[in-house]
Amino acid sequence: MTVVSQSSTRAPATPATTASGATASRRAARIPRGRRSPVRRRSTPLTIVMLAVLAYFLLPLFWLAVASTKSTQDLFNSFGLWFSHSPRLLANIRQTLTYDDGVFLHWLLNTVLYSVGSALGAALLATAAGYGFAKYRFRGNGTAFNLVLGAIMIPTTALAIPTYLLFAKVGLVNTPWAIVLPSLVSPFGLYLMRIYAQDAVPDSLLEAARIDGAGELRIFVRIALRLLAPGLVTVVLFTLVATWNNYFLPLIMLNDPKLYPVTVGLSSWAAQAQNGGAGASSDMLALVVTGSLISVIPLVVAFLMLQRYWQSGLAAGGVKQ
Amino acid sequence: MTAMTAASTEDPRRAGPQRRRLGGLRHGAAGPLFIAPFMVLFVLLFLTPLGYAAYLSLFQERLIGGTTFVGLDNYMTALKDPLLREGLLRVAEFFAIQVPVMLLLALLFALALDSGLLRLAKVIRLGIFVPYAVPSVVATLMWGYLYGPDFGPFAQLGRKLDVPVPHFLSDTWMLGSLANVVTWEFVGYNMIILYAALRTIPGELYEAAAVDGAGAWRIAWSVKLPALRPALLLTLLFSVIGSFQLFNEPKLLQTIAPDVIDSSYTANLYAYTLAFTGQQVNYAAAVSFLLGLVIVVFSYAVLITANRRRTS
Repeated sequence: MTVVSQSSTRAPATPATTASGATASRRAARIPRGRRSPVRRRSTPLTIVMLAVLAYFLLPLFWLAVASTKSTQDLFNSFGLWFSHSPRLLANIRQTLTYDDGVFLHWLLNTVLYSVGSALGAALLATAAGYGFAKYRFRGNGTAFNLVLGAIMIPTTALAIPTYLLFAKVGLVNTPWAIVLPSLVSPFGLYLMRIYAQDAVPDSLLEAARIDGAGELRIFVRIALRLLAPGLVTVVLFTLVATWNNYFLPLIMLNDPKLYPVTVGLSSWAAQAQNGGAGASSDMLALVVTGSLISVIPLVVAFLMLQRYWQSGLAAGGVKQ
Repeated sequence: MTAMTAASTEDPRRAGPQRRRLGGLRHGAAGPLFIAPFMVLFVLLFLTPLGYAAYLSLFQERLIGGTTFVGLDNYMTALKDPLLREGLLRVAEFFAIQVPVMLLLALLFALALDSGLLRLAKVIRLGIFVPYAVPSVVATLMWGYLYGPDFGPFAQLGRKLDVPVPHFLSDTWMLGSLANVVTWEFVGYNMIILYAALRTIPGELYEAAAVDGAGAWRIAWSVKLPALRPALLLTLLFSVIGSFQLFNEPKLLQTIAPDVIDSSYTANLYAYTLAFTGQQVNYAAAVSFLLGLVIVVFSYAVLITANRRRTS
C-alpha cells in the first residue's frame, strides 16, 4: 500500500473540510473551481450518448418493474419490455408477502436487522479506530494500521470457509450473529475514516477542549463525532449495502429458512421456479420477480435520499488519500 | 464555531510540535482505547480464521487413522489439480477482459460528467450509479431472465425482427454474459470514485492549463488523468479482489444453465463445493488459502507496477 500513502502528499488539499458536515465540504469542493462561467456551453451529442448509456443501466430495472405487474403466465407469453393486458402488481405483492406463511416478510426483516446492525456497529468501530489512529500517537500505531490496511486485500470469501468452521465449533452457525459479527470489521471503513478524521477534526480544537478540561471520551462524543458525521454516514451506507447484498456468507452460515436474508431467500425461490413446473411452484416466477423489486427499493431510496452525505464523504475522505 | 474556523486556517506545520508536546504524550494513552474494540474484533474475525485456515490446510482426513498431519501435501495436490487451474485461468481471463472495459467506461463517464457539457448530468450520474445498490443476486436474476433464449426480450425481439440473437447462456457466451452483469453492477461505483476525485482538482490548475493554450482534450489528458492516478489505482485494486473471488453471479446462473457452469467454474465456486458438498474441509482450506495468496500477490504486483512507473 506504499503507493497509496505516498500519494497522500501529492493530493491537492481541500481547504475547509473542517466546518460542519456535508454542506461545508460540498461548498469546499465548489468554491475553488472558477472554471465554470455563468453561461454554460452544453453539448447535445454528448448528452444523447450519455442518455443511451443511462438507458442501458436502467433497462434491467425497467424490465423488473414491468415484470412485477405480470402473472407467471404473462411473463412467458407477453413481450418482456412492455406491460401485459392485465396488470396485477398488487395481487403479486400480496401473494409475495403471504406465500408460505409470509416467509418473505421474515426475510426482509432479517435483512434489515442484519444490515442495519452491522452497518451501525461497523461504522462506529471504524470511526472510533480511525479517529484514534489519526489523532493520537502511540507505540505500534503505524504497525497496527498497516496490518489492517493489508487486510483489505484478503478476499472475504477466503475467510468465509474457516470462519464457518470456527463458528460451528462455538455454536454460532445458524444464528444472526454468524452474519453480523464478520460484517462488523471493515478495514476499508477504517482506512476511510482515518483519512477523513485527519482533516475533519482540527488538532487545535482538541487542544482547546483539553484545556477546558474535557475528557478524551467526552471530546470524541461531543466534538469529534459531529465533525466526522459525513464520513460516518458514508461508512454506514457502504457497509449497509455490503451486508444487504451479501449472499455468500448467509448462504454458508444459515440452514434455517426463517433466518435467511432476502438474497438467499430469493435465490432459493428462483431455484424452485426453475426446477418445479407444476403445482405450487408454477407461480414461483412471479413471486421471485416481485420479491426482487421489493428488495431493491429500500436501498435505492436510501442512496438517493442520502446522496449529499455519501458523495461528500467519498470526495473528502475516500479519494483524497 | 469560532474555534473551528480559526483552526482550519492555522498552519498545520505550526500545530505539529504543539500537538506533540500537549496531546501526543499526555493523551496518548487514550489512542489505544479508541482503536481497541476494532482491533480485538479484527484479530478474532480476520486473523484467527486466517490462521485456522492455514492450520487446517496442513491436515488430511483419512479413512484409516483419522485426521493426520500431512505438511504441504494439500498444496501439492492443489497445484496439480486441473479443476482449480481451470477455475483460476477462467477468472484470470475474466479479469483481463472485464476489468479494463469496466474501468475505461467508468473513466469516460466520469470525465463526461466532470466536463460540464452534459444536460441532466445529475440524473445521468445517479442512474448509472443505481445498479450498485441492487443486490448481485437480484442483478443476476434479472439479467438471467433478460438473457433467456425462449422468453427473454432480446430473443423475443430477435425473432420478431428476424435477426439472429446470440445464445447468451451458451458455453461460448457465458463468460461475456457474466462480465456484462458485473460491469453493469460496478461501473457506477467506480465512476463515482473517479468523479469524486476529479471534483477535488483545484480550479487554478485548469486556468493555468487554459492560459498555456491547452484544449479540453489536452486538459483531460495532462491534468485530469495524472490527478486521477491514486483513485484509478484504488478502483483497480478493488477490481482485482472482486474478479478473483467471483462467486455470486456464476453460482446463480448455474440454476439456469447447469450444463455450462459446473461446480468448479471459478476457483471460489470450487472451494465452496469442496467444503460444503464434498466435505473435504482440509483441502478446501488449502484451496481458499491459495486463492487468497493469488489475490494478494496480484494486488501487490499491481501496486509495484504502478509504483515503478511513477518513479521512473
